[in-house]
Amino acid sequence: MNVPVLNASGCLDALTAPEVAATLDAFVTKTVTPLPREGNPPPRIAEVDGWMLNSIGLQNPGIEVFSTSVLPRLQDLGVPLWVSVGGFSSSDYKTCCERLDDLDAAQVIELNLSCPNVDEAPETVVELVQASRSATSKPLYAKLSPATPDIAELARSVADAGANGLSLVNTLRGLALDQATLRPRLALGTGGASGPALRPIALACVYACANAVELPIVGIGGVMSGADVIDFIAAGASAVALGTVLFADPLSPARIRDELERARSRGYSSAVEIRRLAHGLAFASRT
Amino acid sequence: MKGQHAVLGSGSSQTQVLGTARRERLTVVDNEAVGPYVLLRLERSGIEPGVPGQFFMLEAPCQLLPRPMSLCLAPPGELAFLLEPIGPGTRALAALAPQERIYVIGPLGNGFDLAVERPVLVAGGIGLAPMPYLSEALGGPPALLGFRSERHAEAARLLPGAEVVVEPRLVTELLPGEPSDILACGPEPMLEAVRELAPSAQLAWEAPMACGYGACYGCVVEVEGRYIRLCIEGPVL
Repeated sequence: MNVPVLNASGCLDALTAPEVAATLDAFVTKTVTPLPREGNPPPRIAEVDGWMLNSIGLQNPGIEVFSTSVLPRLQDLGVPLWVSVGGFSSSDYKTCCERLDDLDAAQVIELNLSCPNVDEAPETVVELVQASRSATSKPLYAKLSPATPDIAELARSVADAGANGLSLVNTLRGLALDQATLRPRLALGTGGASGPALRPIALACVYACANAVELPIVGIGGVMSGADVIDFIAAGASAVALGTVLFADPLSPARIRDELERARSRGYSSAVEIRRLAHGLAFASRT
Repeated sequence: MKGQHAVLGSGSSQTQVLGTARRERLTVVDNEAVGPYVLLRLERSGIEPGVPGQFFMLEAPCQLLPRPMSLCLAPPGELAFLLEPIGPGTRALAALAPQERIYVIGPLGNGFDLAVERPVLVAGGIGLAPMPYLSEALGGPPALLGFRSERHAEAARLLPGAEVVVEPRLVTELLPGEPSDILACGPEPMLEAVRELAPSAQLAWEAPMACGYGACYGCVVEVEGRYIRLCIEGPVL
């Protein structure tokens, strides 16, 4: 079963670890914003009860430096590139998408519509997708938050707004306190929670959206093994992205692919087949 | 298997990754109490000890993320790490029994510059960790150690001949008056104090770190108004 394996945005620096990036089917950049950002103050990382919390705060060199000096170096790696863009208003998303539109190196633009660690744009997710759509003809993947009351409905709306795919899901906002002082362990208090505990939440989102829209879905959230990838494919994803697991194991893409290969010998040979198991015949006949 | 060029992929316990760093599953030789600290000794397998001050990511049983540790000693065939069991990760590492196995990635980051003429080692508390290996590389230079209690100071036996103070005395009180090349590791206030007294000192910092290879941007420290990744630019700055 050929399942594209990507990294989740912000979970790999292809320039400091090109050997790892080379093992992916596509490299997704850290989110780029119109202006450079230093990001949030440290501490930025904490682990708590099987979750990882991060509060990086979109540290990036800004779209201009990214386009002129980072993207060409990434292109040299020979791995297909997805560029994650973010911002604080619809014009920010538009600015980034416009700048990337004529750069061949950027094959896909992923819209980070759900970072829990920075202020939100005042516009709705749908308005941000519309603004991005108006600025580029490149494929747009909308990365959504699992903390959404009706993610299937949101998926229909972003599809109508011109998204070509969905990245499901981003982290959930969480808080960890120091046991001795009861002060937050991260400098800004809360952070985005990720890791295997996020997986059932992400699976529920993928399952609901796969039933609601016909867009391709990148499953993201606590993928640690080949078995987890099969869960995401069965739920309706057509690719997966690795996040937290990459921090613990930079060799995880190759290991997970190996585990997927072994799953084939258990009889799971096609995505359609395993989706039928999870969703029933009506869904599978559509794919 | 030693010296064989490994390939990316599973099935092999010995794998090249990230430049000179490797990821391998190492067997625990022993866990020894050193005062309130623990010296975790692992079979070295194909992992190089690297330059003193470089670090390794150690898998902590039942924890999601590995923990960064600098190498304390490199006896033949072994890598030894000094831990202070203060949280779930370090407690899990301190509880490892002989023959258990953990994944280790390393060596990572930039270690100390060993081209120094008048080295003096300065460490506070668990900042002692990289000093025995560093001392060996520099031929046993003078060393100054500070601890918060007599019990913690028992760990000074890992660095025979070092001058030791216990709080309320501070290790910075021992810094030599004459010009010297300070190489220091310890808690942040101690490193700031050392830098105040010896601006050219080489300082080994620490920070919460998820990956150790530049992926997460979690371990940043502020240098001249910019956040830089300690795992890539440091940990010795």
